[in-house]
Amino acid sequence: MQERSPSLLDELEARSIAILREAYFRVSPLMMLWSMGKDSTALLWLARKAFFGEVPFPVVLLDTEMELPEVYRFRDELAAAWKLDLKNELCPPEASIDPTLPPAARAAGRKSAGLRALIERGKYRGVIVGIRRDEQATRAKERVFSPRAPDGTWDVKRQPAELWDVYHTDVPDGHHLRIHPLLHWTEVDVWRYTQRENIPIVPLYLARDGKRYRSLGEKNITVPIDSHAATIADIIAELETTTTSERAGRVMDHEAEDAFERLRTGGYM
Amino acid sequence: MNSAEGERPAQVRVVVVGHVDHGKSTLIGRLLHDTGSLTALRLQEIRTAAEHRGVPFEWSFALDALQSERDQAVTIDTTRIWLRLPQRDLVLIDAPGHKEFLRNMVTGASEGDAALLVVDAHEGVSEQTRRHALLLELIGVEHAVVAINKMDRVDFSEDRYRQIRQELTVLFERIGIAAQTFVPIVARDGDNVAVPSGTMPWYAGPTIVDAIAALEFQPPAATRSLRIAVQGVLRRNLERIIVGRVASGTIAVGDEVLISPSRVRARVRSIESWPPDGRTEARQGDAVGFTLDGPAFVDRGDIISSPAGAPAPATELRTRLVWLGRKPLAVGDRLSLRLGTRLAGVEVKALERVIDIDSLDAGGTDAVLANDVAEVVFKSRDVLAVDAVADHASLARFVLIDGLAIVGGGTVLAALDAPNAATNDLVPVGHLFDRDQRAWRNGHRGAVIWLTGLPAAGKSTLAMLAEQKLFERGFQTYVLDGDNVRAGLGSDLGFSHDDRSENIRRVGEVAALFADAGTIAIAAFISPYRADRDRARRAAGAAFHEVYVKADASVCEARDPKGHYRQARAGTLKDFTGITGDYETPLRPDLVIDTSAISPPDAAAQLLEYIERVVRLESGATRSAKA
Repeated sequence: MQERSPSLLDELEARSIAILREAYFRVSPLMMLWSMGKDSTALLWLARKAFFGEVPFPVVLLDTEMELPEVYRFRDELAAAWKLDLKNELCPPEASIDPTLPPAARAAGRKSAGLRALIERGKYRGVIVGIRRDEQATRAKERVFSPRAPDGTWDVKRQPAELWDVYHTDVPDGHHLRIHPLLHWTEVDVWRYTQRENIPIVPLYLARDGKRYRSLGEKNITVPIDSHAATIADIIAELETTTTSERAGRVMDHEAEDAFERLRTGGYM
Repeated sequence: MNSAEGERPAQVRVVVVGHVDHGKSTLIGRLLHDTGSLTALRLQEIRTAAEHRGVPFEWSFALDALQSERDQAVTIDTTRIWLRLPQRDLVLIDAPGHKEFLRNMVTGASEGDAALLVVDAHEGVSEQTRRHALLLELIGVEHAVVAINKMDRVDFSEDRYRQIRQELTVLFERIGIAAQTFVPIVARDGDNVAVPSGTMPWYAGPTIVDAIAALEFQPPAATRSLRIAVQGVLRRNLERIIVGRVASGTIAVGDEVLISPSRVRARVRSIESWPPDGRTEARQGDAVGFTLDGPAFVDRGDIISSPAGAPAPATELRTRLVWLGRKPLAVGDRLSLRLGTRLAGVEVKALERVIDIDSLDAGGTDAVLANDVAEVVFKSRDVLAVDAVADHASLARFVLIDGLAIVGGGTVLAALDAPNAATNDLVPVGHLFDRDQRAWRNGHRGAVIWLTGLPAAGKSTLAMLAEQKLFERGFQTYVLDGDNVRAGLGSDLGFSHDDRSENIRRVGEVAALFADAGTIAIAAFISPYRADRDRARRAAGAAFHEVYVKADASVCEARDPKGHYRQARAGTLKDFTGITGDYETPLRPDLVIDTSAISPPDAAAQLLEYIERVVRLESGATRSAKA
């Protein structure tokens, strides 16, 4: 018998597909968040693979109406081409958000509030989110199936055990699960996979006039980095040598030491 | 689907364990720094966090990201960090050492390929060191590198190093862990972490980085027999695509496979993929989708294997587990056990041994306490397809659930019985049970599932598929149909209107007795007259469920498996319901199954879903339900 040594990408992909299927068979009603960024777009591609071409749950944009125009264009094109059940959820205005949060974190606060309202309305028990452990130190502490209280809060000090790939998928009524199929991927893994599978991306990730976005957030709180990476291959090469973090261009992460932890325990992704 | 895209060899995941304060997080921080894996921004963040708290620079802040972790200087939850070594990519999993957070340590360890065990040279091997070693083996982490840390506190003593090394070697041998290297280090200063240190000239072995890079793992044997734990069945057009991960072996179009626990054989018709790439086989690790030939009924929780060396059907399992529940575990406790993709109600039958952490000896016990490692026998209500951990580790792993909480995890050491010998518990003579007690014992209510419909509508096929599946899932069930009733119970009856009515009356009464005795009686009879069916309903009361197996007369006549329609048309079969048109359609059936619109497996799935719903007990099999 010929030996085939599965590549890292094969292993990452198979694990994510198994997680998506586990969510589908065990958690209902279920939805997926799609920010049109490279991670959740790769996740969407994985969902199409997992369910043989059709995504069997709604795909939700938590819309602050502050995304860059290229991002909205990308959303409309892909939603039509991939026949997505797209729900555009307008988030509550900034005036209604906790004023003690640092200013740039309030857009994230709006998303948490929008998500909370949508879950309540749709009685969702599962929300699939494309976060990764290597992005941010509190995300590194996450579970794959991560329970949330009815108000969306994350009890980070009392997370349940999660053993092997035997996932626990039951939560009390009114609670919900955040399901994280990309948790074990890294930034460069996502780019390698995007390249291998030829997954569409928002063009803002590629350098124009010496600048590109490494991470896509709201237009008023995300800054592009200096880069000449004009192709995905260039991006991968750039990541091999960089010593800055992926979210360095996200103002909200760096306003205060606990800014991101406060957001996440409060229900942010 | 190969590694020709110039990738490096697959990464290795190393879980860092050991007693609290022996220096795990510091070692990881140092590893990050010395391998150039810490970004400038992250370094600045750590500096700021330390200044903010008025403490000296603290490497562990790289991992202990939570405010409460930094404030209390203790790791609460497990985390992951990615490192690039010159030889291979490394994922470090930091696991908390504090006893209170053992569930988080176990969570982290369950993703590890190998362990980095940190021991304080001054304090030596502690209870928590031993517990972690024991848990590593239970979780399935068989390789370890040992870091003997804080060597500066024992004056870099070679004797002390040898002493700890000796103690751990004995421990690992008893537990079954292959410890390849023992490295004396000072994590804070980086001695022997990434670069060899001059402080311990007597040590000529590798640094931590080199020891991790040199870890070797047996590749999985390609010859191992096929195992897939079925996650579920996806319907695409008319296909039923079975999905799950290939735990071992390979599956290819044309292969004969065995479905457990029903032990039905089927042939693989296709391997499905999207976008379609024409593949005809899948291998270990793949998240596969495939279809089978024939009417084989496959459902979530089933195991697909090669026909040879299939998992054993069993209801009694000897296990080794770590107990994480707050209340002690005791004989008679009822829990849910999640094995692979299967969820089963189990009862604790015996507590065989609890491992004493100090001596590693086993003692008898009447209760298993939080954080104990113990060997426990469970009795399942359902028949489970069981592999022992020695044969197929990934399918032998389970978690225990009490209500909605995870209260433990472990592996199956052995299946103790065959299903036939499983349900021989003696009932004291003369003891009267009411319906509820019987239902509680069985885990479900009794019922009469009355399938009515035209000849060849599919009643018998449905009844048989449902009976088989219910039996496998541990339900008490029995099919009554023309074949087993006409020969005895109704042997004096013919096929006149009156005789058919009397036959149905008898079946109705017998089915009601079955239901009263706690069994799910599935009656498959044309039973053309409403009055007869209503009489059967009166006999069984609320336990009666009328299922109309619907199919157009033309479809039934086209099927005609017994040739009855043909004989009736030819005039050689008198009073045949399908032709004379005297079938009285149910007015208010509890369920309608249209067999001309869906396949037999889909129809059976619909029926099963209904039956499982109506026989379910109100409260689940939780421990509190025992009282």
